[in-house]
Amino acid sequence: MLGTGILKGLKETARNVIGSFRDKERLPTVMYPEEKVKTKENFRTFPFLVFDGNDAMLGLRCVSCRICEKECPPQCIFIIQERDENNKAVKHPRVFDIDFSVCMQCGICAEVCPFDAIKMDNIYELAGDDRFTGLLVDKHRLAKSNHYYHQIKPTEADEVDSRLAEDRRKAEEAAKAKAAAAAAKAAPPSSTAT
Amino acid sequence: MIPGVTIEEKTDPLQGQILEVSMGPHHPSTHGVFRMDVKLDGERIVSLKPVFGYLHRNHEKIAEDVSYLGSIPYTDRLDYLCSLTNNWAYCLAVEKLTGFEVPERAEYIRVIVGELTRLVNHTCLMGFFVQDLGAMGTPLMYAFREREKILDLFEGLTGARMMCNYMRFGGVRCDLPSGWIDEVKKVVAAYPRFLDEFESLLTQNEILIARSQGVGVLSKELAINAGITGPCLRACGVGHDLRKVDAYSIYSRFDFRVPIGAHGDCYDRFMIRLLEMRESLKILDQAIAALPAGPIMDPKAKSRGVRPKAGEAYGRIEAPKGELGFYLISEGGPSPYRYRVRPPSLINLTVLEDMCLGGTVADAIAILGSIDIVLGEVDR
Amino acid sequence: MESAEQLRDRLIAAFPEARVEVLTNPAPVAQHSLILDPAHAAQIATYLRDAPDLAFDYASNVTGVDRPDREIKEKITIKETVDGEEKEVAKEVTRTEPGYLEAVYHLYSMAKRHGPVILRLRTENRTDRVTLPSLTPVWRSCEFQEREIYDLFGIVFEGHPDLRRLLMWDDFEGHPMRKDYVEPDDYEWEPTPHDAFLIKAKRPGTGEEAAPAAS
Repeated sequence: MLGTGILKGLKETARNVIGSFRDKERLPTVMYPEEKVKTKENFRTFPFLVFDGNDAMLGLRCVSCRICEKECPPQCIFIIQERDENNKAVKHPRVFDIDFSVCMQCGICAEVCPFDAIKMDNIYELAGDDRFTGLLVDKHRLAKSNHYYHQIKPTEADEVDSRLAEDRRKAEEAAKAKAAAAAAKAAPPSSTAT
Repeated sequence: MIPGVTIEEKTDPLQGQILEVSMGPHHPSTHGVFRMDVKLDGERIVSLKPVFGYLHRNHEKIAEDVSYLGSIPYTDRLDYLCSLTNNWAYCLAVEKLTGFEVPERAEYIRVIVGELTRLVNHTCLMGFFVQDLGAMGTPLMYAFREREKILDLFEGLTGARMMCNYMRFGGVRCDLPSGWIDEVKKVVAAYPRFLDEFESLLTQNEILIARSQGVGVLSKELAINAGITGPCLRACGVGHDLRKVDAYSIYSRFDFRVPIGAHGDCYDRFMIRLLEMRESLKILDQAIAALPAGPIMDPKAKSRGVRPKAGEAYGRIEAPKGELGFYLISEGGPSPYRYRVRPPSLINLTVLEDMCLGGTVADAIAILGSIDIVLGEVDR
Repeated sequence: MESAEQLRDRLIAAFPEARVEVLTNPAPVAQHSLILDPAHAAQIATYLRDAPDLAFDYASNVTGVDRPDREIKEKITIKETVDGEEKEVAKEVTRTEPGYLEAVYHLYSMAKRHGPVILRLRTENRTDRVTLPSLTPVWRSCEFQEREIYDLFGIVFEGHPDLRRLLMWDDFEGHPMRKDYVEPDDYEWEPTPHDAFLIKAKRPGTGEEAAPAAS
């Protein structure tokens, strides 16, 4: 009979409509902004700078090596290294700007950073009404604590912390071994013969 | 060409005119910013010229300035519905150029996300195709509901739903988070029920059958000569699937069939994608079951600072839309000397005019929908 | 399938006046190419497509490559009379290697499932003699790709059924993918915060005076 295909289709539609009142799976939307979909842990949007401790600028892990600036595909990071009174380079960025309107959230800056200083945040509600100051972000707005990093990405932050602790431990042991070797060389050789 | 229809010189006393219509670029059914200059004789199409370039972002020139690693996020944005297969094709081309080898676990992960991407793309296409025919959004929303589940999987693994930036030269970027593979198993187990529902919703629908069977017939010889690849080619009866012909990556280990159409019309192109989704589910089952432990990157490969020696390579994969190829010429520097994307959607558009001649405007929309183009790939 | 050298010998045997050379590819994938002279390219292409054992019925990819003029510094020894004596003097000369535009064709066979065979056609220079024969009559898949090469590189394909710009608009002047292409200044420019970046980045030592003192 002509029309049986359409009627069969309408049966499916009816099943979905009635089903959406009873089955959570057939209702794929949430009432945003009252309800929000919980994002996965790995979800990445814009970068942020990690600092340890309580002081944002003193605890900043970034040493201004500028690798992220070089590797960023759309070149949206702009870094100037800090210099002290004698114009010698200091391992700190004086200026660290990211242009969020250019950033394409690829995560390559976080991937290549050798010091785990820049990581990907998961904020997406950044709408504002001023394109020129709202989306050009400097290091004060970018700096967020390691505590915050643990909150948004616990697995990743734990892994980073354990790796940094391991590196620190190895560096301390190497320094101790070097100091012991230097002391043994400097001290007079113990004579067994009297 | 519709058999039995001839376009001849108008000699009747009514002195009709050829009407030239520009369809697009702002058009809800042209899958992006795409324009067709159509000349109509009454309702029949006499000539059709596709015009594009509205989304040209000079991706190939940008790639000559950024490093090899920095091009990977740009490849995401080529065929923006299937970003992971774009990444895969590019990484395959660079691996051919450098000689990096991909470890086992990374190959299996690549196959899993590649087939999930194929599911995403074909689901999108099925929704958009019936939407273009006038189904007013309902099947499209069902298709998108299933697609959301797979996009959530991508978010859990790569960090982003669409612009995944996941493959690297010699492997993948990061390992599977705990519990991810169980979620994939759940999605794969639930998918056949959606496909059954979709089939019963649509495949015997009289309107769909009347509007897509016999419309846009493409002959085998023209398809091969015009370089058509992907489901459009297989709908014409040519059994050419790069997963079987080239057997790149580890596809030779999986048992799956390649559906081939008989008529080469829109209905065949639509049904082939549905059947391909069922085959993809089979591959996914096998890949998930056989996933080994191990490293995910080639130990001698590096992502940052890749400088392949002078040479060139052409690497191609069976992307959901057809054969996606990357041609790289390296002169030993940090960026390629020439970087070329061979986009399947652009080549598939070569025969758009041939398929639409003699049909109506509504047929042109249906044919364009069945070719499955994405303007990000056509224009780059 | 035959190797590139065997294919070259076979083509030279079939077309004695044609010039066919092999360009070896040092990459691990070892896809070597054949450089054809433009006058016989269409005949050779038809032969490759129609020969029953080769059956290259599918042109997968057509690429344009820009090779600009290169300055090569060489040390040569020439005989010169110095102080009445003939001596051999070493001199460093700079010569210009002429540039060209190139079209690269990747051919595969769907019937026999072998490939690729890579053909390269080179123009004589980059300025006025930029014509190449179009292979669209042989493989229809070259149609849009050759149009794109005409648009972005400037190679004029003779025998193409409809050679117009593809990606850029019809009145556009210039060929953007060439290595010496300079973007015009008066594009539809809209100020963005990124421009402030680029201006800052170009000026040397910028930002140090304006930036806040180190905290």
